[in-house]
Amino acid sequence: MTIRLHAKGLTKTFTLHTQGGIVLPVFDNIDLTVSPGECVCLHGPSGAGKSTLLRSLYANYKPDEGQILVEHMGEPLDLLAAEPWEVVEIRRSTIGYVSQFLRVIPRIGARDVVAEPAIANGMPADEAVAKAQELLSRLRIPERLWSLAPATFSGGEQQRVNIARGFIVDYPVLLLDEPTASLDAANRATVVDLINEAKSRGGAIVGIFHDEEVREAVADRLFAIGNQPAAMAVPAAAVAEVCS
Amino acid sequence: MTTNAIRKLTPKPPLLEVSGLCKSYGGQIGCRDVSFAIRPGEVLGIVGESGSGKSTLLACLSGRLAPDAGTISYDMKDRGPVDILTLSEPERRRLARTDWGIVHQNPRDGLRLDVSAGGNIGERPMAIGARHYGNIRAEAQDWLQKVEIDLARTDHRPRTFSGGMQQRLQIARNLVTRPRLVFMDEPTGGLDVSVQARLLDLLRGLVRELGIAVIIVTHDLAVVRLLADRLMVMQRGRVIEQGLTDQVLDDPHHPYTQLLVSSVLQV
Ligand SMILES: Nc1ncnc2c1ncn2[C@@H]1O[C@H](COP(=O)(O)OP(=O)(O)OP(=O)(O)O)[C@@H](O)[C@H]1O
Ligand SMILES: Nc1ncnc2c1ncn2[C@@H]1O[C@H](COP(=O)(O)OP(=O)(O)OP(=O)(O)O)[C@@H](O)[C@H]1O
Ligand SMILES: [Mg+2]
Ligand SMILES: [Mg+2]
Repeated sequence: MTIRLHAKGLTKTFTLHTQGGIVLPVFDNIDLTVSPGECVCLHGPSGAGKSTLLRSLYANYKPDEGQILVEHMGEPLDLLAAEPWEVVEIRRSTIGYVSQFLRVIPRIGARDVVAEPAIANGMPADEAVAKAQELLSRLRIPERLWSLAPATFSGGEQQRVNIARGFIVDYPVLLLDEPTASLDAANRATVVDLINEAKSRGGAIVGIFHDEEVREAVADRLFAIGNQPAAMAVPAAAVAEVCS
Repeated sequence: MTTNAIRKLTPKPPLLEVSGLCKSYGGQIGCRDVSFAIRPGEVLGIVGESGSGKSTLLACLSGRLAPDAGTISYDMKDRGPVDILTLSEPERRRLARTDWGIVHQNPRDGLRLDVSAGGNIGERPMAIGARHYGNIRAEAQDWLQKVEIDLARTDHRPRTFSGGMQQRLQIARNLVTRPRLVFMDEPTGGLDVSVQARLLDLLRGLVRELGIAVIIVTHDLAVVRLLADRLMVMQRGRVIEQGLTDQVLDDPHHPYTQLLVSSVLQV
């Protein structure tokens, strides 16, 4: 079995110096592998460390120990040991991340916000804009909003712009933090389609999906996190039983 | 993926490489033992409290201030890496005019107030040999448009411009010759918020389009979040934390960085 992403022995603790130096262990010695075409759902109660793990896989948070091996242009690289410029390269073409909220860029219209990562990754601008429009239509963002900066958009609209931005590049590894949280049923279904399309072209996906229907529709496997001495992989069916 | 042979990417050679840089003013510490490298096209942000040595560091890097110790190696187009501290004054000035840009916090320090806007932009192309008046003027106007200054103002002196316009003119004046490295000290300081946003958007576009390396000093974390790939945090003259911008801001490790990040509402 080929592996796209392999987190080995990840440990993360926060030390809150501004709050009397409290030490907050979040997870310890996590091992996670994700194959091409596979979608792994991080699962656990609120505060268990799901987002922390996902952010660590994007090098947005820095684990204390471990390795995060990703296949970048056919070569295995350790994201934790990578220099900042290497992380920038890896993020440009290999790892995509859809955060829970859009970070708006002042004065840049929705269409350009979405097209930007594709252009940065070498797609010709006209092609990127066309693809951005296609994604915005699929996600039901009215055409009259495309040229406007998303700062004034509703929460759900912003989130859909964010999703379009995350799916415009066919990243080999895609990280999704509750992508459907503020969406209606029709848009949730579109996101499910986008995820399944990404899987069928070989994308390795790690996501947090609170919505059970979405989870059922996309996840191949649950990865339990929190409330255990060490997080461990559990087959989806087993967890579904425990949770029901 | 075989995980037993972990690779590193091949780095582009650094454009600027700084090692052990120190500068004090009598007993007062300016900056202490600063080392880092910046590669072509990278944007490096420097943040830190007032008096932490940011401007001192920038002035040393851009050859305006002589450090007490350390080396600053710059990859010159025709000569390869050279310690800029060993260059003669005319050589250093030539380098600053052709390869570098310096955007000052106060546009009045970076503009010629008694020369027209067009003349301010045309000065650098002329200094490196452009002679055809029509071409120089056309290029100047092209840049005025890029920085969103009305062409009707081409022949006006910047003295009559607003602060935001002056700052945009200063940027055009610096970028017209497509420098490889630009130093900016608080480029958005002193401007109101909507003008700042416009300027930032402009800078962000130009930096990406031209692939220039930038070292930007600011107290505004939102500015570095938007522009910088990498961040250095300074305190009392030293670099106390550095790394990928979003990592340093979202998962700060040093107590001072945590304080800095937690004391702003949201970045
Ligand atoms: N940047 C940070 N600095 C300090 N502590 C943090 C930081 N990010 C997360 N934490 C802490 O780490 C723990 C795990 O948080 P995390 O956001 O990963 O949980 P989660 O499983 O995603 O929860 P939810 O389902 O509510 O989103 C929490 O105690 C949180 O307070
Ligand atoms: N010409 C000078 N003579 C004496 N001391 C100086 C001089 N310039 C700077 N200093 C001192 O060096 C230290 C660093 O100053 P610097 O201007 O580099 O700080 P900074 O980080 O740019 O601060 P700010 O954010 O306020 O601009 C300060 O303590 C300052 O008082
Ligand atoms: Mg979360
Ligand atoms: Mg200063």
